[in-house]
Amino acid sequence: METPVLEVEDLSISFTQYAHGAGRRELPVIKGLDLTIQPGEISAVVGSSGSGKSLLAHALLGLLPYNASCTGTIRYRGQPLTEKRSEQLRGKEIVLVPQSVNFLDPLMQVGPQLARGRKNRKEKIRAVLARYGLGRETEDLYPFELSGGMARRVLISSAVLEKPSLVIADEPTPGLDGPSAKRILGHFRELADEGAAVLFITHDLELALTAADRVAVFYAGVTVEECPAAGFGCQAHHPYTAALWRAMPGNGFTPIPGSQPYPGQEGKGCPFAPRCDRRTEGCTGAIPIRREGRNYIRCVREGVVP
Amino acid sequence: MKLEGNNLTFRYRKDRKPVLEGVSISVESGERLGLVGPSGRGKTTLCRLLAGYEKPTSGEVLLDGKPLSAWKGPCPVQLLWQNPETAVDPRMKMEQVLAEGGPVAPSLLEALGIQPDWLTRWPGELSGGELQRFCIARALGPATQILLCDEMSAMLDYITQAQLWRVVLDEAKRRNLGLLVVSHAGKLLQQVCTRTIAL
Repeated sequence: METPVLEVEDLSISFTQYAHGAGRRELPVIKGLDLTIQPGEISAVVGSSGSGKSLLAHALLGLLPYNASCTGTIRYRGQPLTEKRSEQLRGKEIVLVPQSVNFLDPLMQVGPQLARGRKNRKEKIRAVLARYGLGRETEDLYPFELSGGMARRVLISSAVLEKPSLVIADEPTPGLDGPSAKRILGHFRELADEGAAVLFITHDLELALTAADRVAVFYAGVTVEECPAAGFGCQAHHPYTAALWRAMPGNGFTPIPGSQPYPGQEGKGCPFAPRCDRRTEGCTGAIPIRREGRNYIRCVREGVVP
Repeated sequence: MKLEGNNLTFRYRKDRKPVLEGVSISVESGERLGLVGPSGRGKTTLCRLLAGYEKPTSGEVLLDGKPLSAWKGPCPVQLLWQNPETAVDPRMKMEQVLAEGGPVAPSLLEALGIQPDWLTRWPGELSGGELQRFCIARALGPATQILLCDEMSAMLDYITQAQLWRVVLDEAKRRNLGLLVVSHAGKLLQQVCTRTIAL
């Protein structure tokens, strides 16, 4: 088996906060997060807002704020990804496609922005922009003159100027209509076909299933499940994944009550237990991971077919 | 009640081509109308016109045959925005935000899953999904007859979407509200709407 591009094992991230006066407390935000991505694969990370998806992206790029502490292992191409190493690799081998046009410099035209101060890259930039259907005239536009879809393509162009082996796309499609979103996702598939690994962060399970090879489901900072995208919904799933599936407009539109617990307010054991209709006494203890190859479900019971 | 937009044309700048040109649309009480169209086609602009936030360059918006401005008291047409963060005043606590729309039934707060301690928080201390619950409660004031939902659930996970839509649909049925639902999600519109039109 090939070395995975990225392996995340039991990653936990917590923030140190001042609570009362000088008293400090640790606020765990991600607890026990696991993920692996092979080259040539698109792996989707699905979770609602506040489940720790974007924080994972920041941890991979070494961009966590100073009051965050991180435990567990992240391996990039088999070697531990230390802060120093990710600093060297980010922007070159590990690239981020951010959410919105706000990540572009508003006072800089697209061309100079992509060149990042280097003069000998005109041809390369032109070729990359052309690949995404943007003509020469785009180079002279300022970010406010771009439409949502164009801005997205500029952000992707900027990411693939170097030859990345890990592309992290943080919610790259919200607000785009169906065909535009499919086109953007098609660009990510091309990158994967060229051998890159793509980490696709989204809250939209339906989109994740159309675009990705594998899906990891986050809930309150925990990966509750990792499974292939093909056959999703027909196989046994974690109760949260099953509830998410049943809430999709095409699959019954059935809500469950309650909401995701805040960081620091979840009880011991499985964070989904208070909302789960299959909870048992075992749910408050340590939750075993049922592993089958690269697939797993973090639940004390067998998975459920939604 | 019937909300009509007749032959609406709207441009943001005089030297640009209009965003909307000769668009007519009507929503009646008890009806749930879906509106689809690609990005940049003017769906949100149309909602803003229908709710009275903008004046059309030409054409008219009528509620039961009278212009919106002729109605006294709280506007019977309410709009739910795509980004709730931009639809609440960041310097008002949530209870004040809620009070903007008039008194809200406690049962509605409960159905929307609004926790009592959220009321004393600032908007910045709540997530997008939590803020959208407040926006829904605020828009469903006693005077509301027609509700315009502009991608109100696009940024939420499916469980929260299903929760919020259940409340809105129950309330719409109970009070015989008219709904205009803008969305890119075809399956959502199939679930929610009685008919769908494209812009």
